[in-house]
Amino acid sequence: MELNPRFTFETFVVGASNQLAASAAQAVAAAPGSVYNPLFLYAKSGLGKTHLVQAVGHGALTRQPALAVRYLTLEEFVEQYHAAVAAGQSDAFRRSAEEADILLIDDVQFLAKHREMQAELLRLAEALQSAGRQVMLTSDRPPAEIQDLDERLISRLSGGLLVDMAAPDFETRLAILRRKADERTMVFASGVLETVAEIGAANVRELVGLVNRLIAFQAVSDVPLTPQGARALLTGDAAESGAAPAPAVAPRDSRDEFSAFLSAVTRSVAQSLDAWRSRVGEAVMRWQGEGYRTARLEQLLQNDVVPDVETELKQFSADIEELQRLAAEVAELDVSAAGHARFKDPDRVDEARAFAARLREGTAPPPPPSSALTFDDYVEGQANEAVVRAARLVAREPGRRYNPLFISGPSGVGKTHLVHAVGNALAAASPGAVIACLSATAFIEELVAAIDGGKLEWWRRRYRRADAVLIDDVQQIAGKERTQEELFNLFNALADAEKQLVFSADRLPTQLADVAQRLITRFEGGLVVELVAPDRSMREKMVQRLLQAHGVAAEDDVVQYLAARPADSARAVQGLVNRALSAMDAADASLTMRTVRTAIEGRAARPSQAQAISSLVPAGLDPTLSSREKLVWDWPDVGERLMEELR
Amino acid sequence: MSLVNFTTREITCKIVYYGPGRSGKTTNLQYIYTQVPDDRKGRMVSLATQTDRTLFFDFLPIDLGSISGFTTKFQLYTVPGQVYYNATRKLVLQGADGVVFVADSQLRQLDENIESLQNLQANVLEHGIDVRTLPMVVQFNKQDLPRELILSPEELDDALNFRGHPTFPADALHGTGVFETLKAISAEVLRKLSEGAGAARRG
Repeated sequence: MELNPRFTFETFVVGASNQLAASAAQAVAAAPGSVYNPLFLYAKSGLGKTHLVQAVGHGALTRQPALAVRYLTLEEFVEQYHAAVAAGQSDAFRRSAEEADILLIDDVQFLAKHREMQAELLRLAEALQSAGRQVMLTSDRPPAEIQDLDERLISRLSGGLLVDMAAPDFETRLAILRRKADERTMVFASGVLETVAEIGAANVRELVGLVNRLIAFQAVSDVPLTPQGARALLTGDAAESGAAPAPAVAPRDSRDEFSAFLSAVTRSVAQSLDAWRSRVGEAVMRWQGEGYRTARLEQLLQNDVVPDVETELKQFSADIEELQRLAAEVAELDVSAAGHARFKDPDRVDEARAFAARLREGTAPPPPPSSALTFDDYVEGQANEAVVRAARLVAREPGRRYNPLFISGPSGVGKTHLVHAVGNALAAASPGAVIACLSATAFIEELVAAIDGGKLEWWRRRYRRADAVLIDDVQQIAGKERTQEELFNLFNALADAEKQLVFSADRLPTQLADVAQRLITRFEGGLVVELVAPDRSMREKMVQRLLQAHGVAAEDDVVQYLAARPADSARAVQGLVNRALSAMDAADASLTMRTVRTAIEGRAARPSQAQAISSLVPAGLDPTLSSREKLVWDWPDVGERLMEELR
Repeated sequence: MSLVNFTTREITCKIVYYGPGRSGKTTNLQYIYTQVPDDRKGRMVSLATQTDRTLFFDFLPIDLGSISGFTTKFQLYTVPGQVYYNATRKLVLQGADGVVFVADSQLRQLDENIESLQNLQANVLEHGIDVRTLPMVVQFNKQDLPRELILSPEELDDALNFRGHPTFPADALHGTGVFETLKAISAEVLRKLSEGAGAARRG
């Protein structure tokens, strides 16, 4: 539809009642698409909507003649659309509509009658706006009051600037009247137009009607109209003009009760349904404030579909709780890893979970028992029969039979071997079980390193998840208060969970110096057994086994000789055999009684104990073994010691 | 049946007009029926005796069309007012989203009003719903009768509305106050939407 050349900004009378609308329209005409898009202008009938909307078209064309300005009323828009659809040209229609730089649609309140057009208009408005093209609409009421208008369209139309125009005030009315009179080159007596302005009219169109009537009267009358005459003329049939304001308001008043009810319900529903948006919005603000990614919730807001807000929000906070839990867990293992973005994004819970699991798995398990030291290699004899039986029972029924098992005995009698043998048996019995088997010295060192590295909690966790803990040479914790405390807590945690604990020490629990009483009583709470020096038959077995291990065949008398030599520990027996073997190697002969006797007794003056020690201990062994304190030389006959069972 | 079904995108409100016999519940529905455009209303089902007393219940479905993308339907029910039809009343109350209590403003009907209110509370409770959580408005009907026969809205408010529900004086026969009442109960019911409790209330 062509723009009416009379409807320009120049002919538009601006007053207080329409100033905002006029300046908004000017701004849009000056820079289409960049300000107030869309511009939605609403006013009652006859107040200048059509004038102003067309003035925007003119104004824009004056500045940029190349612009494609399209003005049409909604009815025309609907007609064109229907014609296009009927001709199967709806796409062409859309394309041409989208090519407009400025789309001006008048009287969109009639959208209420055209539901199908609402979707079309919404689509078109979106397309134009996203292309930076201007949309301007007029209506006799704000979008929210247009019946049956799709909520999305309401929000789309209200998204730019919503501006209304009121009925003109006295001054504006007078200015309009003067302009109309000027246009008709009609001169009225002074006071006449003022009187007309005073009489007032509901809208400009009516006002123009009043002027027209005066002009018509004047044209046929020789006498100029006086103000009184004008008043008499216009109010003579004042019933008509006085009633005139009513029709302007009428459409709303005459709406039946059902329509009023319908719009009330529509408002309620819109408010209620929009409440979910604000709830989701609040959640977004909250979680973003705490540094979490809220892409999922923002996605919800993008959708037109109303989601199940309750479930979505619940799931989201559940995911965040999970993340917090994982982050806390990871922080104990690796502080820096907990700060990773994956712990701030509820959409990456699975990733975070996998990461935590990896970290959990990846933590070095506590030291396992040495695989070389098993029950198979352990030499049993009368002297240690009871102890070994107890150890085997523990291995068979961990945690239930004797917990803890405390093995005491002097150095070199096989405590360490026995402890590791129990550990290996436990590991063999339940594959996958975590068996911690280490010396107390190593335990202390690990603890110190953990405290130093700030990984104490990780270290604790590492041991607490063990299925059995075996600690050798536990007398080493003497005086180490922190270790004792940790051990105490570990002891309690594992014992409560019926996990097996095994300790060994060079003395009985009660003899442990500088160890907290609460630990000692716990050590005694299970079974305390004592290993003693090997007896003759055990020594014989050991000698045989050692010689076999070296692949040396020996006469029985040699074996008997070696076994009969005084030796207070397994290590001492080993030393004897080693000396015999080295003598044999030196003489490059077989192992005969003579070589052995020379080797053992040749320097049998036993010059000094220190020499004896150094000769007993093969070079390259743990230097602690060569310390005088570790070796007890005058071993009392304790072969038949009783083992006590306290429970 | 739930108030809002997000999957099928439907809002279905069931509103029950409750009150003593002859208080004007059916009259309310009949007036609404006359005001709803033909394409928006279903057939009003009314099971009445020969003397125009509601025997079972009246049922008036109204289709409000698509609101915010939701197909919105109102189902208006009345219960039979007479004391001996309590089983029917209980049945009709099942799944109600809101209740309009239509009180008879006549002085001599005050006891019947109170009795009916108590009956409502008991019946609602049997459906496991606390009457205090149920959206409700009160209509003081028959306010067009001569002053000397009726109680004023203020007096009725004192006597009946101790829970402070919204109240509306009405003359259902001529339609005064009928839509105000309907609007109010709709707003009360739909408010539940935003509280999120409505959808979950009856699963």
